[in-house]
Amino acid sequence: MLLIAPTGAGKTLAGFLPSLVDLAERPKRRPGQAHGGIHTLYISPLKALAVDIQRNLTKPVEEIGLDIRIETRTGDTPAHKRQRQKYAPPDILLTTPEQLALLIATAEAERFFAGLRYIVLDELHSLVTSKRGHLLSLGLARVRRLTRGAISIGLSATVAEPDDLRRWLVDQSPPGFMADIVVVGGGAKPEITILETEERVPWSGHSARYAVPAIYEAIKQHKTTLLFVNTRSQAEFLFRELWHINEDNLPIALHHGSLDVAQRRKVEKAMETNSLRAIVATSTLDLGIDWGDVDLVVHVGAPKGASRLAQRIGRSNHRMDEPSRAILVPANRFEVMECRAALEANYLGAQDTPPLAKGSLDVLAQHVLGRACAGPFDEEEFFAEVRSAAPYAGLGRATFSRVVEFVATGGYALKTYERYAKIRRMKDGRWRVSNFNVAQQYRLNVGTIVEAPMLNVRLTRRQGAGGNVRGGLLLGQVEEYFLETLAHGDTFAFSGRILRFEGIRENEAFVTNAAGQDAMVPSYAGGKFPLSTYLAGEVRAMLADPSRWKALPDQVSDWLRIQQEKSVLPRKEDLLVETFPRGNRFYMVAYPFEGRLAHQTLGMLLTRRLDRFGARPLGFVATDYSLGIWALEDMGRMIRRGQLSLGRLFDEDMLGEDLESWLADSWLLKRTFRNCAVISGLVERNHPGKEKTGRQVTVSADLIYDVLRTHEPDHILLQATWNDAATGLLDIGRLGEMLSRIRGRIMHKDLERISPLAVPVMLEIGREQVPGSANESLLGEAAESLIEEAMGRA
Amino acid sequence: MNVLERVVWDAIEITVAGERAICDPSGALFLPADGVLVVSDLHLETGSSYARRGSFLPPYDTMATLRRLQTVIARLQPSAVISLGDSFHDAGGSGRMPEIFRDHLLALMGGRDWFWVAGNHDPVPPEGLPGRSVSELALGSLVFRHEPLRGAEGEIAGHLHPGARIVQRGRSVRRACFACDGARMVMPAFGSLTGTLNVLDRAFAGLFSPDSLMAYMLGQDRVYPISGGQLRA
Repeated sequence: MLLIAPTGAGKTLAGFLPSLVDLAERPKRRPGQAHGGIHTLYISPLKALAVDIQRNLTKPVEEIGLDIRIETRTGDTPAHKRQRQKYAPPDILLTTPEQLALLIATAEAERFFAGLRYIVLDELHSLVTSKRGHLLSLGLARVRRLTRGAISIGLSATVAEPDDLRRWLVDQSPPGFMADIVVVGGGAKPEITILETEERVPWSGHSARYAVPAIYEAIKQHKTTLLFVNTRSQAEFLFRELWHINEDNLPIALHHGSLDVAQRRKVEKAMETNSLRAIVATSTLDLGIDWGDVDLVVHVGAPKGASRLAQRIGRSNHRMDEPSRAILVPANRFEVMECRAALEANYLGAQDTPPLAKGSLDVLAQHVLGRACAGPFDEEEFFAEVRSAAPYAGLGRATFSRVVEFVATGGYALKTYERYAKIRRMKDGRWRVSNFNVAQQYRLNVGTIVEAPMLNVRLTRRQGAGGNVRGGLLLGQVEEYFLETLAHGDTFAFSGRILRFEGIRENEAFVTNAAGQDAMVPSYAGGKFPLSTYLAGEVRAMLADPSRWKALPDQVSDWLRIQQEKSVLPRKEDLLVETFPRGNRFYMVAYPFEGRLAHQTLGMLLTRRLDRFGARPLGFVATDYSLGIWALEDMGRMIRRGQLSLGRLFDEDMLGEDLESWLADSWLLKRTFRNCAVISGLVERNHPGKEKTGRQVTVSADLIYDVLRTHEPDHILLQATWNDAATGLLDIGRLGEMLSRIRGRIMHKDLERISPLAVPVMLEIGREQVPGSANESLLGEAAESLIEEAMGRA
Repeated sequence: MNVLERVVWDAIEITVAGERAICDPSGALFLPADGVLVVSDLHLETGSSYARRGSFLPPYDTMATLRRLQTVIARLQPSAVISLGDSFHDAGGSGRMPEIFRDHLLALMGGRDWFWVAGNHDPVPPEGLPGRSVSELALGSLVFRHEPLRGAEGEIAGHLHPGARIVQRGRSVRRACFACDGARMVMPAFGSLTGTLNVLDRAFAGLFSPDSLMAYMLGQDRVYPISGGQLRA
């Protein structure tokens, strides 16, 4: 059963109703009678949500006087309580996908789940789009085999393809079977406006600095305002700017995933008691937790997706009968159009939640080991079970075998690890774990969330060499790669403060207060969403149709009119490519509107091709809307003279060999590989306190990748990596669709100077850098000064 | 003061305690006067060492390391090779080594002197392999040992897997390196799956005179000399 309802409709309690009715009617357990298993299993993506639900559920249950035990089980649950839950299971267990994976990987799982009647899956729309969703789907397939006849109830916000979720909820043997669906209508329509301003809307950038005074006014006029931004650095920036002009000293707080947990909890508490006037947040607050009386949502920057906007606006009021109020604040001119498109989509009820991806193989490898930990399995039977999970319904038999081999001995062509096998075939052909340690190791590695290496950020008082400072307030964690680019004395914004970087010691970065100084705002891009295909199409349609410009502010429609005069505006399905000289370089700007990830991949591939065509490209920059490439040769003239064909340049065949040869050494693929290696259990997860004990002896995933690629390029884990990258960081599917859409529909405009539409991407040049193969030349540059010095003196 | 004499092909020739030494981009050190090649921290059989504990790293690290060693030996034709400790990832490594790799290694050892310096990972001589096992070795004014000793002069050591990091144009580049101040050197690890430890880490404290520390960073096919002042922790 799939229940789709907007936020605030009370769908969580509704999801529990059948279970509560059933529990109320069952006969009482007689004293001395053995404990049964759990009756209802509730799974949520967030620990906090499970705790929240326990509170909301216990109250009515106690008021009615029902004898029902409701307990949570999360990573925070103490070991003795978990132990007790195993022999005396509660009636209703509230937990997370990871905990479910652990529960089914034990010999007691059979008894624990035997009496299960209901499975309630909360925020299903957000669970199913990730690898966590894959892990959960496999876990549920197992649970279904253990119980025979439990009813799954999925609770979801509105999604684009409800049938995907309906299949996801039920056994896919036979394939295509769907759960029943109940859709609850939308309640009051939200009141959404786009911020109107006399200020000049910037050409590019994401800060929305121009709008800060207007946002502050809005906060003053409402009880509690929730401010959403897309990235952590935007959150930091907005928070700081608001405090700059906070003359009334309004309590305004900051909340994002990198901040220390204790700080986040403090903000959440203040939110519940309504003692805040505004909170600046990233996606950490996206999900269905009920936070006090929010009466206004401000979305700074374009929402990037219509469904995401709807879910975020749902935060305000949180009641069905009153309309939500929301203000969209575009940060630049393209975003004005994007906000407009999102707003229209919202009234039309259009949805653009991402499509579900095929089940990933690294997650499957983890599950195979977990299955073996629960007891011996028959490969054929287990294969059928795995295929009953919707994401794995299309899994091939041979691939499944390779995954099992991978779990057993690494799955290499060179068979040298047979004697160390983790799982082995028994005489009857079934697989079992080799020894007790394997299960131990499995338990430490469960889960699909792999953090980028992070360093604690600690505030100290002493300035000076980072070497002698110790202790101080923990502010949160920042990605190691960001901190590595900082030098002693650099300043950056984090945790709502301006900090001075003092140094790194072990796994901690030491900083001091640098109030009053200018900050180099963090450039790390935590939580960046790509523009949804739906909104991209809408923005293209808006560009192509001048009658729709009336809805846009004057400065934006003027901008488009001038573009029409100076160059041209593409038709909805066309791709516009402009070329023009500037300074001593030549530029090519293309406007595919397919989101930053796809553009980044396109940029990498086009520069390789331009190089082969002799255009001598120097670099490129990608935004959500367009792609700019610069070169030493005049690409416009080359096209005019027929030396360069745009049709050939943008041919779909770039996704073949070019893509592969570029990827071979790409950091993108290495990062993806690292995640796959951890999830699949090839390398052990870093555990707090254990890491950094000896960097020189830990084997890095990058090195493993290099060795594996050289010696066994078709290894199953490289295949898993490739699948992930194609759907994730590279967005190849989307790029491919675009390339086939624009075949024969490329409009080229050779200009004498930059066009109005090209200004935003040109302004990004120098701000964004594209990591490529330049590392060697950087080393060369660093060495040069010294060689000169040495040679000069010799 | 450590003087950079000249750039030899893609390698770099320097002097350590008065002896000429060539830092090869492969991570090997060549002493032209005696025709001696030095490699450190081969960590052979790392993959199988992890496999014993359930992490099935690709079983190709030994092969990859030996092939790189073969290339540099073919190019420089040394009369002797010093393997400066941690030649195997653990004491049982030489015993576990598959036959094909063992044969490969034996072929490389043929026709030249070979010294196994004891390391902390492999304190005992390798099982069933020729070559002389020593705890340390002296040659001219140089002494070769695995773990660097504070205060030692003319010492060529390994163990620490030195790496260096520079930041250029806001980008960070980290590579393995030869760390040298003209009086002594710590060599980069040669093994295919070996990580690095930053030369500015505490573990290196007191080894080098800070004013003359140089990191010879390993590029794809050349060595980049970077002065201590340009390095980042």
